[in-house]
Amino acid sequence: MNLMYVPAIAMVAIFMLYPLVQGIGLAFTNWDGYSPTKAFVGLDNFARLFTDATFQTALVNTLIYGIGCTVLQQVLGLGLAVALDGAGRSKAFARALIYLPVLVSPVVMTMMYYFLFQYDRGALNDILVSVGFDRIAWLSTGPGTVTIVVLINTLQFVGISMVIYLAGLQGIGQEITEAAEVDGARGLRLFRSITLPLLRPAIISSVIINLIGGLKLYDVIQVLTAGGPGYSSHSVSTLIARSYFGQQAAGYASAMGVALFVLIAVVSIFLVARMDRTGKDL
Amino acid sequence: MATTIAPQRTASPRVRRTSQAGQLGRWILIAIAVITQVTPFYLALTTAFKPITDTTSLWLPPLNGGTLDNFATAWDSGHLDWALENGLIVTVVSTALTCIVGAMAAYPLARRSTKLNRFVSLAILGMLMVPPLSILVPLYTMLAQLGLLNTYVSLILVLTTLQLPLAVFLFTQFMRTLPLSLEEAAAIDGAGLTTTFLRIVLPSLKPVFATVVILTSTNVWNEFAMSSYILNKAEVRTLAPAAASFFGTQGNNVGAAAAAALIGLLPILIAYLFLQKYFVKGALAGAEK
Repeated sequence: MNLMYVPAIAMVAIFMLYPLVQGIGLAFTNWDGYSPTKAFVGLDNFARLFTDATFQTALVNTLIYGIGCTVLQQVLGLGLAVALDGAGRSKAFARALIYLPVLVSPVVMTMMYYFLFQYDRGALNDILVSVGFDRIAWLSTGPGTVTIVVLINTLQFVGISMVIYLAGLQGIGQEITEAAEVDGARGLRLFRSITLPLLRPAIISSVIINLIGGLKLYDVIQVLTAGGPGYSSHSVSTLIARSYFGQQAAGYASAMGVALFVLIAVVSIFLVARMDRTGKDL
Repeated sequence: MATTIAPQRTASPRVRRTSQAGQLGRWILIAIAVITQVTPFYLALTTAFKPITDTTSLWLPPLNGGTLDNFATAWDSGHLDWALENGLIVTVVSTALTCIVGAMAAYPLARRSTKLNRFVSLAILGMLMVPPLSILVPLYTMLAQLGLLNTYVSLILVLTTLQLPLAVFLFTQFMRTLPLSLEEAAAIDGAGLTTTFLRIVLPSLKPVFATVVILTSTNVWNEFAMSSYILNKAEVRTLAPAAASFFGTQGNNVGAAAAAALIGLLPILIAYLFLQKYFVKGALAGAEK
């Protein structure tokens, strides 16, 4: 019977585990990505991570993408879930439209957002001009581009948080809310002391999904400015591809890959451990 | 479109007590959210249907009913016909493979809870933490050495593997909820492992198949990073890379880029229209990992 999972394990071993292990090996070499030879350089690549200003920018950006998107998505997702909880055709229609971008390729979504932020015919600049301001080159600075990337990714996937919180709200029985109301809890107080604590499992699973998604972010950045202007909006993911394909730094790119994997693994394990504890609390 | 996106309950007394002003505020917020989410789609539409000569604001509909020129350009020079075909092949085969390999793997993991199998389950699920880009260098090198770059097979195997952890998890969770009695009855009747799996287990997986098929096929259809490196020739390129290349190399022709974007999202849009509740169920199933 156990033979039945051999194909799955073989695929995971060949196409994920083997590259992962080999990547760790390559991270200790100066391989350029095509020569038959490579030299062992010890921890040089990892040491370089600590001094390379470009990588540091990418790492900080990765954290901004991860944490920034996650925070915004929880606030907006929870707000939308509370506003759209309950029956009614118009609410169902609104939920369907807000969820729609989740299904669209991030590549396509970013292309569509470009029409809003582009300089010359940008829809946002059209509004600015029509009320008497000058055009703004939204994508010409690092912080501007990073902000817009956070915004695009947040809005595209806010629907996932919304749906998770909607399911969470449905899970809180009417009885609990009503009992609390009988005890005199209303409005914000009811929300803070009853609804929010009961939503904890929903909050944690939504945070895990959004945070891992944000820390892995690649598509939006690659399509919007390919990490530009300069290197200012790179995430670790886009910088790996750039170093490998653009600068033939395969060894160094592998070291970045290892660093990114460790970052995501540590964050995920920490959050999953918290989720298990929550399960026992309840 | 008006089908529900979450289980419903009747309007609560709490809602009825909320003030008129509160209701108005709530609907204003909802309207802002909906307008924000629809805006990029609207701008893509106006951009795509406007000829280059139409320099009016993108907020306005195209003059004289617009043009289909941008779609023709995107279709011809972007080779979107190829991209749609390639995308369809990769998506269908990857999704089928994910379902078969995933359901097979889940069966022993759900039914035989040995120490080894619990470890295998956890190890497969743990693969969700591997960011695809972190394995890009060795993976690309391996495929290049095997001469598999620009072949459907390589992208299908890679994307199937990336989809497997979630699929195996969903199948396992679902199988654990199925009663053992049918399988035991089949065993008493002398049915072997293969017969039991094919005749008894697989047919009862229908609901979770719907979820896995939708999650996998949208993920594969939309995938960009691996697809763009593994299949980089125009002849074999899938949709997301084809649309993106339009954006980079012909950056000035935003009209054609918008048309390409719209063509790329049309299949998903049509599927969403008809299968909305499965899409949302899929999102929730994925969230419970």
